[in-house]
Amino acid sequence: MSDTEALLAAITVFVLAILVGFAVISKVPATLHTPLMSGANSIHGIVLVGAMFIAVEATTPISQLLSLVAVAFATMNVVGGYVVTDRMLQMFRKKPAAPAPKADGGEG
Amino acid sequence: MDYETLFVIVRLIWLAGAALFVLGLMRMNSPATARNGNIQSAIGMAVAVGATAVLLLARPTGSEGFNAVGWLLIVIGIAIGGGLGLYTARTVKMTAMPQLVSLFNAVGGGAAALIAIDDYLKLAAAPSPQVNVATVLDIVIGSITFTGSLIASGKLMGRIPGKPILIPGGRIVTAGLAAIVAIGAIYLWAGNLSVPVVGVILIAALVFGVTMTLPIGGADMPVVISLLNSFTGTAVAMAGFVLNNVVLIIAGALVGASGAILTKLMADAMNRSVVNIMIGGFGGGDSVAGAVGAEGASVRELGIDDAAIQLAYAQHVIVVPGYGLAVAQAQHAVRELADLLEARGVDVKYAIHPVAGRMPGHMNVLLAEANVPYPQLKEMDDINPEFERADVALVIGANDVTNPAARRAGTPVSGMPILDVDHAKSIIVMKRSMGKGYAGIDNELYTNAKTGMLFADAKDGLAALTAAVKAL
Repeated sequence: MSDTEALLAAITVFVLAILVGFAVISKVPATLHTPLMSGANSIHGIVLVGAMFIAVEATTPISQLLSLVAVAFATMNVVGGYVVTDRMLQMFRKKPAAPAPKADGGEG
Repeated sequence: MDYETLFVIVRLIWLAGAALFVLGLMRMNSPATARNGNIQSAIGMAVAVGATAVLLLARPTGSEGFNAVGWLLIVIGIAIGGGLGLYTARTVKMTAMPQLVSLFNAVGGGAAALIAIDDYLKLAAAPSPQVNVATVLDIVIGSITFTGSLIASGKLMGRIPGKPILIPGGRIVTAGLAAIVAIGAIYLWAGNLSVPVVGVILIAALVFGVTMTLPIGGADMPVVISLLNSFTGTAVAMAGFVLNNVVLIIAGALVGASGAILTKLMADAMNRSVVNIMIGGFGGGDSVAGAVGAEGASVRELGIDDAAIQLAYAQHVIVVPGYGLAVAQAQHAVRELADLLEARGVDVKYAIHPVAGRMPGHMNVLLAEANVPYPQLKEMDDINPEFERADVALVIGANDVTNPAARRAGTPVSGMPILDVDHAKSIIVMKRSMGKGYAGIDNELYTNAKTGMLFADAKDGLAALTAAVKAL
């Protein structure tokens, strides 16, 4: 019974999270699609949490090897993903205030 | 505080982390708040991972006692992965960024698959149906993503030829691998516990990732990467079901959905269906129908000096950058020319097609890197009415997205949204040769009487143009 309850709760969360994903993403302008893909890419680095769970339970050599690679892979996904996304977004700035008083109008 | 209470608190922190992911993505709606949104998302990640570490440290140890080796593995893994991620992310050139995103996606999918493999090896009996389904899906999707993303990344890096690689009977091999995976999965879902069968599924899925991606052309890679990004999200959500961890389910589903939407948007902008791209080839027989129009019409070639004069004495110039500019890494060169023209009082704008560059939005990133002010970058719908007022449209390495044939039915580009470059008073096309674009058809823009062709590599051509304008 409680297993079924837990599974139903998990599936509910899964489906609602998918709908949230659709709703949030569909509003993003095309300009930001590449940074957005990269940002979403970093979010699935959350798999690091799962990798840590298997690592602390790893006792056999094979399990230890799998955990080590999983933790390293996941961390690379997280750290690299956020840093490269930040580098991209850092570039979306208006012209440095000094030279361009003209092109900076309130173009909507 | 006892462990149970701590576990409740940690689960609430995970929820907060997941909420930060959603809020972060929402803030990426606008260029002004996007960077902030990404930082918010990163904070969510740090909080979730930190809380996990505290939880695992406080967990009552079993008969084996504190697993020092396990913690050592975590520390080493984080050091290696974090170091590699940080180094590559900070040193990559912005033009090479799509392949790095693909590489990060590959390792994410790989990590998700490894978790499921490890989980399966520990089983003593066939698991409950939901865990069984999630484990197999996690292994299959994660493995396909891992090799598929590596191939996609290799294609963009040029390590693997970008053009479609067609192995004789390749489709049959791919279909056969899919069948092996499906049969194996059904066998396991029927309640059998078999490590060898999982091994066969794993190998078949890994090879499937390769054979699926190899036949797809380099220009389609963005769509493939986006699709694989969505796959990884799904694999991570499955890992959440395996480990019964809600934060993995939420974050994975969020990315799975976002990747799916992005994939569709990218494919739509190229007037292609995702299915078409994955099956490979640009419609084969269909493209014969595209050979209508100005076959054999003559083109007018333009010299650097003529082009420089046209640009320097124009009032409104619209620059149309494309794939060729991205490949030649000419984003700084184009900005230098634009600055020079602006200094002469010319109004310069950039028309950005949704799929210009190597990924949707990639051109904006490249131009932003070259310090082109954001307000000068115009999206297709905003700029199209302005072409009529433009004295010169300067097309640099863009082809299919400017082809007026798209407005007619019966060509491979029909229905694709295009930039109305042909409405400008005069057109300069900078291009290396008369080579065809991705769609494999002639561009009617080039034979238009208003068009002058400037045959040059984007970077060299722009440097020559800048020098010529300076000399005026």
